[in-house]
Amino acid sequence: MLNFFQLILIYSGVYAMMAIGQNCITGYTGMLSLCHAGFFCIGSYATAIMCKTMGLSFWLSLPVAAIAAGIIGFLIGVPTLRLKGDYLCIATLGLGEIIRNVATNINPVGYNSIPRVTLFGYQFASRNKLAFIVLIWVFVLIFYLLFQRLAHSRIGRAMTAVREDEVAAASNGINVTAYKIISFVLGAAVGGVAGCFQTAYTLTVQPASYTFMVSVMVLCTVVLGGMGNGKAVILGAFIIQFISYFPQLTGLTNVIPAQAKQIIFGLILVVMMIWRPQGLLGRDKFRYGDPRTFSERVSDTFRRKGKGGAV
Amino acid sequence: MTLLETKHLTREFGGVIAVNDVDFIVTEGLVTGLIGPNGAGKTTLFNQITGVDKPTSGSIFFDGKEITGLPAWKISRMGIARTFQNIRLYRELTAVENVMMGLHFKVGESPFHNRFQQAIKSYIFASRENREVYSKAMEWLRFFDIDQSAQEFARNLPYGTQRELEIARALAAGPKLLFLDEPAAGMNPAETEHLMHVVDKIRSLGVTVVLIEHDMKLVMNICDQITVLNFGMKIADGTPNEIKKDKAVIEAYLGREEE
Repeated sequence: MLNFFQLILIYSGVYAMMAIGQNCITGYTGMLSLCHAGFFCIGSYATAIMCKTMGLSFWLSLPVAAIAAGIIGFLIGVPTLRLKGDYLCIATLGLGEIIRNVATNINPVGYNSIPRVTLFGYQFASRNKLAFIVLIWVFVLIFYLLFQRLAHSRIGRAMTAVREDEVAAASNGINVTAYKIISFVLGAAVGGVAGCFQTAYTLTVQPASYTFMVSVMVLCTVVLGGMGNGKAVILGAFIIQFISYFPQLTGLTNVIPAQAKQIIFGLILVVMMIWRPQGLLGRDKFRYGDPRTFSERVSDTFRRKGKGGAV
Repeated sequence: MTLLETKHLTREFGGVIAVNDVDFIVTEGLVTGLIGPNGAGKTTLFNQITGVDKPTSGSIFFDGKEITGLPAWKISRMGIARTFQNIRLYRELTAVENVMMGLHFKVGESPFHNRFQQAIKSYIFASRENREVYSKAMEWLRFFDIDQSAQEFARNLPYGTQRELEIARALAAGPKLLFLDEPAAGMNPAETEHLMHVVDKIRSLGVTVVLIEHDMKLVMNICDQITVLNFGMKIADGTPNEIKKDKAVIEAYLGREEE
C-alpha cells in the first residue's frame, strides 16, 4: 500500500507539472486547448532519444525537451490561436493526436531500457521511489514558483486582460496574439519537461501512452483544482492520481475495473460544472491591485489565521 | 490643426454599405460630436478608426501618419483610446485592476530595451512594477473621484461608475485622442449632467475628444464641432448652431416637410 501511495506521489508530481502548463494556457489566458499529451510525448521522446540513442545526460535533455515542446507549441499555436473556444479545442485535439501518430510512425514499439538518471554519482533506481518523489516535487515547486511569478507580472496581467475581453485588451494596447502565443509556448514547454520525468521514472517510452485521454486528464486536473490557481492545480493533480490508483491502493483491483476511473472523471467534470464551476479552490485570490509588500502580505496572512476567520 | 482625418472611408458588410465615402475631420483640442439616427454608421466609423475592424477602402491619417488597417493594439499605442457602446470592462477584475490594464504600455516599457529584455525585466521586478502601476491607477481613480470603489469588482459597480471607469482606463494610456461611444446612454439627467463635467475634465488634460451621442442637449452643450451621418454618408458638419439650422439634418431626424 505504501508502495502505491508513493507511486501516486510520483505520478501526481508529473501531472502537476503538466497541469501547471495547462493552467498557463487555460487558466491565465483562457484558451481551451487539448493537446498537452502531445507536448508530454515530445518531452518523453526527447529524453528517450537523447539518453538512449545519443548517450547524453538526462539533465541536458530537460532544456532540450522544453525548447522542442515550445517550438512545436509555437508551430501549433500560430495557425490555431485565432480560433476561439470550441474550435480551438478541436483543432488542438487533432494536432495533439498528430504528434502521437508521428511518434508511432517513427518507432512503433518505442524505446526500452533507457539509462537511469544520475546526479553527482547517485543513481535514481525505479525501486527507490522516495528519491523520485523528491526529484520530481523539487521541479514541481520550481515551476510553481516560476509560473506564480509570471501570473503576477506584467505578462500575467496582460494574459488576464486577454482572457477577460480580447477586444478591450487590444484597445488597451495589448498585443493579444503575441500574449496568446507566449502563454501557449510556455505551457507547452512545461508539458515537455513533465514528459522527461515520466521517462526517467518508467525508463520506457511507448507511443500508446500519449493518447487523448492524457490531455483530458490534465484538463480535468485544472478544472477540478481551480483555473488560474497554481496551488489548486497541484491539489487537483493529487486527487486525480489518487482516484486513478484507488483500486491498487485499497487492494480492490478485482472488484473495481480499471475503466471505472474514466467514469469517475466524467462524473467529476459534470458535478464540478454544476456545483462548483470555479474549481475546488477557485481562482487565485491574489489581486494585482495589492499594494502591500511581500513581508506585509505574509504577516497579514498570519494575523488573519490567528483570528481564525476567512477573508 | 487637424489631428485625425479619414479620406473616402468606406466599409461594406456584404451588400450593406455601413460607412460610405466619409471624410471625417477631427481638429486638435476641440470636442467633436458624431451624431446621426440609429444605424447611420457611427460606431462602424469608430471601429474603423480604432482598428477593431478594417475598412473596405479609403484611408485614415492620425497625427500625419497613415493608420489604415493597423491592428487595434498598435493604434492604441499611437495615442488613440476609446470606450465602447456596451461597456467592455474586465468584469471579473476590480476597478483599480481595470485601470492597471489601461496602463499596460505606460509602465514597464522603455525605448532602451528590446521586447525580450523588457519581458525579463518586468518578470524580475514584477512586484515593484505592480506597485508602480497600482499607484498610477489609483491616481486616475482619484481624478474621477471613484477611488472609494477601487477594490470592488467592475461588474458590481453602478452603471454610471462603470462608464467613468471605462473612461479612466482609456485615459490611463495617455492618449491624444479619445473616442467615447454613447457615454450617456442609459444615464439619468443627473448622471448626464455629471458626465458633462467629466468631459470638461478630460478636455482640461489637453485630450481631444470625439463622442457619439443621442442626447442632443449634451451634444449641443459640450461639442465645438459636429459631424452628422445618415445611412453611412456624411450629410453635414459644422458648429452646433450651424447643425441646428441645417436642412439635411432636420430632414434626417424629423423627415421632410410637407409643401
